[in-house]
Amino acid sequence: MKVLVPVKRVIDYNVKVRVKADGSGVDLANVKMSMNPFDEIAVEQAIRLKEAGQADEVIAVSVGVKQNQETLRTALAMGADRAILVIATEDVHTDIEPLAVAKILKAVIDEEKPGIVLAGKQAIDNDMNATGQMLAALTGWSQATFVSELTIEGDNAVVTREVDGGLQTIKVTMPTIVTVDLRLNEPRYASLPNIMKAKKKPLDEKSAAELGVDVTPRLKIASTSEPEARLAGIKVGSVEELVEKLKEVGAV
Amino acid sequence: MGVLLIAEVNSGTLSVDATAKALTAAKQIGDVTVLCVGSGCSDAAQAAAKLDGVSKVLCAQDDAYGHDLAEPVADLIISLSSDYTHIVAPSTSASKNILPRVAALLDVMIISEVTAVVDADTFERPIYAGNAIQTVKSSDLIKVATIRTSTFEAANEGGMANVESIDACANPGLSEWIEDKVAASDRPELTSAGIVVSGGRGVGSEDDFKIIEGLADKLGAAVGASRAAVDSGYAPNDWQVGQTGKVVAPDLYVAVGISGAIQHLAGMKDSKIIVAINKDEEAPIFQVADFGLVADLFDAVPKLTEQIA
Ligand SMILES: Cc1cc2nc3c(=O)[nH]c(=O)nc-3n(C[C@H](O)[C@H](O)[C@H](O)COP(=O)(O)OP(=O)(O)OC[C@H]3O[C@@H](n4cnc5c(N)ncnc54)[C@H](O)[C@@H]3O)c2cc1C
Ligand SMILES: Cc1cc2nc3c(=O)[nH]c(=O)nc-3n(C[C@H](O)[C@H](O)[C@H](O)COP(=O)(O)OP(=O)(O)OC[C@H]3O[C@@H](n4cnc5c(N)ncnc54)[C@H](O)[C@@H]3O)c2cc1C
Repeated sequence: MKVLVPVKRVIDYNVKVRVKADGSGVDLANVKMSMNPFDEIAVEQAIRLKEAGQADEVIAVSVGVKQNQETLRTALAMGADRAILVIATEDVHTDIEPLAVAKILKAVIDEEKPGIVLAGKQAIDNDMNATGQMLAALTGWSQATFVSELTIEGDNAVVTREVDGGLQTIKVTMPTIVTVDLRLNEPRYASLPNIMKAKKKPLDEKSAAELGVDVTPRLKIASTSEPEARLAGIKVGSVEELVEKLKEVGAV
Repeated sequence: MGVLLIAEVNSGTLSVDATAKALTAAKQIGDVTVLCVGSGCSDAAQAAAKLDGVSKVLCAQDDAYGHDLAEPVADLIISLSSDYTHIVAPSTSASKNILPRVAALLDVMIISEVTAVVDADTFERPIYAGNAIQTVKSSDLIKVATIRTSTFEAANEGGMANVESIDACANPGLSEWIEDKVAASDRPELTSAGIVVSGGRGVGSEDDFKIIEGLADKLGAAVGASRAAVDSGYAPNDWQVGQTGKVVAPDLYVAVGISGAIQHLAGMKDSKIIVAINKDEEAPIFQVADFGLVADLFDAVPKLTEQIA
């Protein structure tokens, strides 16, 4: 069985983003970019499936700009076998919408025929939380989102999902689209020898047009702005003073 | 034509707070029909019919709909979609699972976590853990959106809409529910509570989390946690507040032993009053706190619990 892992290149989660003065978006020039943290967890899970003998090949795929090669090399260094880069734009500021990403991934699935797709629950830049679910719709496959435990049993996957009320366990038919949550595993670091080896692993490049997908956005970004900042508050010197202040403002 | 609002129904009961808040957003767009889906949801439908501004309630009852499984519920929504210009739902784990599937089946984009309705095509939503607000205009024929409830006031009661039962669709049979692990609690629900007391890694253990719970119970508050506290096993996953957990905006948020990482702030910085208790005076949480107390939590929290009447 092949495992397909879509990985997104995003601003590193430690970077404080800045909105561009003209309101056209967020400044992405010269900032540190990394693999979306949820996708590291997905790559890790895919490698574990292979190590457990439940998968034969792990394929990482990224949609976006040429620079996504770096993100794919990281996945290869962690242990993915090969990578596919689908170039959909030349401008790092053009983010491709989940619907278009899902259509591209569907085209890749039609060629590769994986038994399972492991995606992240959400990308930490746009926080859409949508791509996996959309891909499931386009393939007509089952979907298992926000997953913190995954077991494959024959033609089914049994998953535990992090939901508002606690945890939910469901069984889905394979092939399936899984989106992973933070507590599924702890991703490994790539070792130096593996980083070297990853440079020789195959990385195919295609374009969205070759796959026949129109990536024209459906949502037009009218503007991007900074949220209103909170006014700085005060430090209180003691618990007594805190209680007094809270009473003053009617909070307790 | 109008708005189809998918109600939040849990075990046959309407989640009034979440649904009524999303209703406020939906009413700004157009005439609202509410859809209740569940294995038994006639009570929920009756409750939804009483919300002010609801024109009609549709009630779809079937065993296949009992556990918010995405595939059958998405198919049901698709079967109704041609009558509406907008399909919306409060942003909950159920709708975040189901609505993107609906959107892709309709070949339209999902608009996630809407925080303001500008007009019928234009919406505001936070990106980058709330560090930027984006205004997006949709060119799709049907708009599918989830509504971030913490930014809308709940609609009042006072409606008397008709309830209409509708038939279930065929179940595609792609998934099957096995079990839920839900801890029963007498505390208020995290996303609708007026007061939230949250603990972080600084609390140090599951046992010591009782200090946090003690303060919460004294205040009649819900309990929250940082991701570090959940990952360390001090608190269950459904208590996590933040970018990847729940988003809350209570009247009072008390952060104890939480450093204030942007991913945590994303889930609570719209709270009306924020109190931070942390022994590190440099902790970033103090930058958003109205009242900051630099103190050891093991000393301060029991005292605070005692001194609150
Ligand atoms: C500054 C800025 C400018 C923007 N400009 C435009 C624009 O010009 N045009 C436009 O169409 N949209 C634009 N957008 C909107 C934005 O593109 C979409 O809303 C967003 O790309 C999709 O949401 P997400 O990445 O949060 O996906 P999610 O659904 O949250 O991602 C979930 C998972 O899907 C997979 N995945 C997602 N994307 C990819 C990918 N590219 N490759 C591989 N796997 C992936 C990963 O596994 C990921 O963990 C812009 C947004 C910003 C912040
Ligand atoms: C993709 C991604 C998503 C994330 N999503 C979330 C999310 O949804 N929610 C979330 O919370 N985090 C999230 N995080 C994690 C986030 O980055 C931080 O790591 C986390 O919030 C830290 O939790 P903390 O403040 O409890 O722990 P720490 O940062 O370790 O802070 C502990 C604090 O406790 C204080 N302290 C220690 N002992 C005491 C004492 N005795 N008395 C008083 N104070 C004390 C310390 O001074 C310190 O400030 C996410 C991270 C990533 C990468």
